[in-house]
Amino acid sequence: MSFDWIKLLGFIVTPLIASAVGFTYMGLSRKVTARVQNRIGPGVSQSFIDVVKLYSKKTAIHHGVMQHMGPVFAITASVTTLFFIPILKDSIFFANFSFRGDLIFLMYIMVFGQLGMALGAGQTGNPNSAIGVSRGLSQMVGYKVPYVLALIAIMVNFETTNLQELIAVQDGFRNWMIFQMPVASLAGMLAFLGFMMYAPFDVPFAPSEIASGPPSEFGGKYLALMMTSRSIFTFVKLVLFVDLFFGGASSFIELLIKTFVLYLFALFVGLVNPRFRTEQSIQFWWKWPAAIGILAVLLVAWKG
Amino acid sequence: MNINDKDGRKIVDIIQRYAQKHSLWVLAYGTGCGAIEIPPTMTSRYDAERFGITGRPTPRMADVLLITGYLATKTLKRVIRSYEQMQSPKYVIGFGSCTINGGMYWDSYNTIKSLDHYLPVDVYINGCMPRPEAVISGFVKLQEMISDGSANGWEKYRDNLDLYRSQQKEVIKNWQMPDYNW
Ligand code: SF4
Repeated sequence: MSFDWIKLLGFIVTPLIASAVGFTYMGLSRKVTARVQNRIGPGVSQSFIDVVKLYSKKTAIHHGVMQHMGPVFAITASVTTLFFIPILKDSIFFANFSFRGDLIFLMYIMVFGQLGMALGAGQTGNPNSAIGVSRGLSQMVGYKVPYVLALIAIMVNFETTNLQELIAVQDGFRNWMIFQMPVASLAGMLAFLGFMMYAPFDVPFAPSEIASGPPSEFGGKYLALMMTSRSIFTFVKLVLFVDLFFGGASSFIELLIKTFVLYLFALFVGLVNPRFRTEQSIQFWWKWPAAIGILAVLLVAWKG
Repeated sequence: MNINDKDGRKIVDIIQRYAQKHSLWVLAYGTGCGAIEIPPTMTSRYDAERFGITGRPTPRMADVLLITGYLATKTLKRVIRSYEQMQSPKYVIGFGSCTINGGMYWDSYNTIKSLDHYLPVDVYINGCMPRPEAVISGFVKLQEMISDGSANGWEKYRDNLDLYRSQQKEVIKNWQMPDYNW
């Protein structure tokens, strides 16, 4: 295997870009939220300032090895996931590690970060963390169902498990997955709302109810690591869904526009909704989105 | 000339202070009636988020402990625990005349009179109760103190821990707190 300097550079640059974009989006989301609530709101760079402040904290306390490792697991998982997603169409620089069958691999690796965080939060001994973790994992069982059903429908229909081939199939506006397979895309987009964890699906965090759930015992640099991981993971999720349903992107401008519109979609749904209870959330996922997902699979089976 | 120095301060310090100044996460400890002024400060009329001031649900994440009003000896215990769980640099804002001299509870049998004896207070906001403008001006004062490096109450607390402990134990008779390492 020849050593590819361009690829190596890509590996270094990609996480930096991802976290920068993620933090900018988080800052923008606070601005948008403020405008919706008739406030002025903080500047767009507020998330950067917050994270720099957290990194510059002078003390950091942890209650055991696993809490120490939790944020590390989370950020490792985010960066790893990032490496297996083709960020730009037909670009060697940003193709990273994507390979045949990467979609199935992604289904597994995307859970890893949450599991790491669950282990870390579990060690803190804070009851709010434990409640948050159990809620987060049960909600995950909910929204993974329509997500996986949508992916199965897509993979069977195009007989591929490679993300790059799926992007190639969606050449041109009319061939986007949302027009080629509307039913599967609907299930997928509903699952996307669960992935983004804005209201009504912010069950695990619930700041006013269980004091922000899993991260409630994390302060200082641990929280900073978790925020960095979250910013990268936000970018990962957005790019993944753009790649899957909106035909990928061939330039960075296109990518930013598409991901931001997608982000706004989740944010606006969140802004006008209150929070579900845990069982309401799971009931929702197993009712309509799952039914739509099954319908999508049936349609594919019936066609082929 | 060392590029890392500007007016005797390190570049890193400047960046860190800038970040600490513009991102104040508040643990609003609603101990007294003054707490009613916090919601208007945070919501659309006065919008403290403009200055990077947001509420945080747990002491671990917070930078500023905002003590809104009188403290009974029972609540003082919880406040001390919350303060010690916060990660430094951390700041305390005493809010309302009750934290300064006891206010209208000055001769009450179970409230403390001066918060300064038990926790290092960086900024006092006086008034009974202070309006949101006063609260925001208090925060701006704190930001100024952070940028010139004089908001170091947490260092004072760490260095004079024995003194503070003895004063705390004077009012909290049944001192049963775990010896945790924060
Ligand atoms: S200062 Fe006034 S408003 Fe504030 S807690 Fe005391 S009595 Fe209440």
